[in-house]
Amino acid sequence: MSVSSTHAPCEELLLTRETPVQRRRVRAAWLFLTPMLLCLALVAAWPLLRTFWFSLTDANLADTGGGTFIGFSNYLFHNGSSWSGILVDPQWWNAVRNTLHFTVVSVGLEVVLGLLVALLLNIKFTGRSLVRALILIPWAIPTIVSAKIWSWMLNDQFGIINHLMLSLGLIDAPLAWTADADLSMWAVIIVDVWKTVPFVTLLMLAALQMLPNDCYEAARVDGIHPLKVFWRVTLPLLMPALLVAAIFRILDSLRVFDVIYVLTSNSSSTMSMSVYARQHLVEFQDVGYGSAASTLLFLVVAVIALLYLYLGRRQLEVRS
Amino acid sequence: MSPRLLKKALLRLGFWCLIGVLLLYAVFPFYYAIVTSLKPSSALFEVSYWIHNPDFSNYAAVLHQASFLRAIGNSLVVALCVVTLALFLSLTAAYALGRVKFRGRGTVLMMVLGVSMFPQVAVLSGLFEVIRALGLYNTSWALILSYTIFTLPFTVWVLTTFMGQLPHELEEAAIMDGASPWVTLTRVLLPLLWPALVTTGLLAFIAAWNEFLFALTFTLTDTQRTVPVAIALISGGSPHELPWGLLMAASVLVTVPLVILVLIFQRRIVSGLTAGALKG
Repeated sequence: MSVSSTHAPCEELLLTRETPVQRRRVRAAWLFLTPMLLCLALVAAWPLLRTFWFSLTDANLADTGGGTFIGFSNYLFHNGSSWSGILVDPQWWNAVRNTLHFTVVSVGLEVVLGLLVALLLNIKFTGRSLVRALILIPWAIPTIVSAKIWSWMLNDQFGIINHLMLSLGLIDAPLAWTADADLSMWAVIIVDVWKTVPFVTLLMLAALQMLPNDCYEAARVDGIHPLKVFWRVTLPLLMPALLVAAIFRILDSLRVFDVIYVLTSNSSSTMSMSVYARQHLVEFQDVGYGSAASTLLFLVVAVIALLYLYLGRRQLEVRS
Repeated sequence: MSPRLLKKALLRLGFWCLIGVLLLYAVFPFYYAIVTSLKPSSALFEVSYWIHNPDFSNYAAVLHQASFLRAIGNSLVVALCVVTLALFLSLTAAYALGRVKFRGRGTVLMMVLGVSMFPQVAVLSGLFEVIRALGLYNTSWALILSYTIFTLPFTVWVLTTFMGQLPHELEEAAIMDGASPWVTLTRVLLPLLWPALVTTGLLAFIAAWNEFLFALTFTLTDTQRTVPVAIALISGGSPHELPWGLLMAASVLVTVPLVILVLIFQRRIVSGLTAGALKG
């Protein structure tokens, strides 16, 4: 701290006043940013704008540029007697429902489990760093691979999960985890939770280690019950980190694709918004309609992301 | 034994039971994949928890498939090129964002963060058009280019955080000596940034190695597939007769290197992930 304060005037001179040096640095900064900005413009901004445009055309995959402008007909269209378009497609609303169901349940479970595991691993014990490394394994396994491993474990005839549950007497007959419409969403959630709890745990552990020690000392001296300390001290202090983790996971879950595609393919009981959009884009080759679905998904994610950025900025302002 | 000691012992027992359950939950699926991959196809359909007489025929079969080896090669090339490209582009960008105060810095950072939140499917059709226009469809270049959309925001963000933590004095000395920003970056700051580069490079590598949606959409033939797509497309005679032993052997082969990397670089990965998330 003292080092930076004694150097502050010097820094001021170098970095903020309009000097030739500073002007040169700003010019260099923009030059240094240009390759990255160009790259993001090419792979993110321009394709996104094209997707918006495609959603207003009847383009197909063979000739994406050849579509004609049809306004909002991909979204909603009245042909005199009935409505058509994505906004009245029951399949789309089914995908929206599935995605929301998946997001709420899996993010909820991940945050709760991640917090519990982090509290457990925050206790000092021999072999802690090994345990911490080992619980990272599910995070490192490619989603496709973990979906395949779990679909083998959840296999209706030969899977170990059914075998275990049968021998423990939990069920009378094997369950068709990935085929049964009532169970398949649970199968997807089980795999996703398994894969992402380590990530949430890591964030929570990092946050736990930043908590001030003196509060806990005081609480222990006063003989306050640990559970009460958790509810009154730990949880409120962890809230910002918990929210960040939850928002990261919510944004990820809303665009879920891999695990569903591999585990249950195009089954309508688990189809997410991303799976729906890709099905129309690539399998049905209907770029206009698929882009409309992608645009709607983008809007949902953008609203949540903006909310997050807004809240984050507010919090920064409050803190400073 | 006094009640207090008993209570303490019970608590300790409960604690270790919880740790045991946690480890079982985290590690068992991967362990079970290994068990399955070491079974001959005749023993596949009897559930067993231990490895009896390991049989390597599944591994031999996978490694004899030219398309699978090709997929591993493709994945390596794509992931390494993505890491190189992302690190180079983000290193210069992170210098600008982490060391220089200028108007518009906050906006650029917010834009980068915004891109990292994109749903990939939202750019799928536009990116498909760009890739076809550039003549890259069904090549590794299509994937290298498109993967920057999710690696670049992340590497920029984390490297900016690390760059901002380096002491100011070094750079001031360089400026006093009249060093240009490029020289300052490559000669003064870069040597200090190696740990951060290793961390972010590793995370970008894992992300690129695991990516599925773009790889599935932008490649068409077996010769251009990457590992996740190759594994997803392994199929048997019918959808209900997947060659599970083979599939598990392939899964273990592509995952073991990642697991080893993660176990070795655990600390670095944790610091990279938390720098990306918490300090943002």
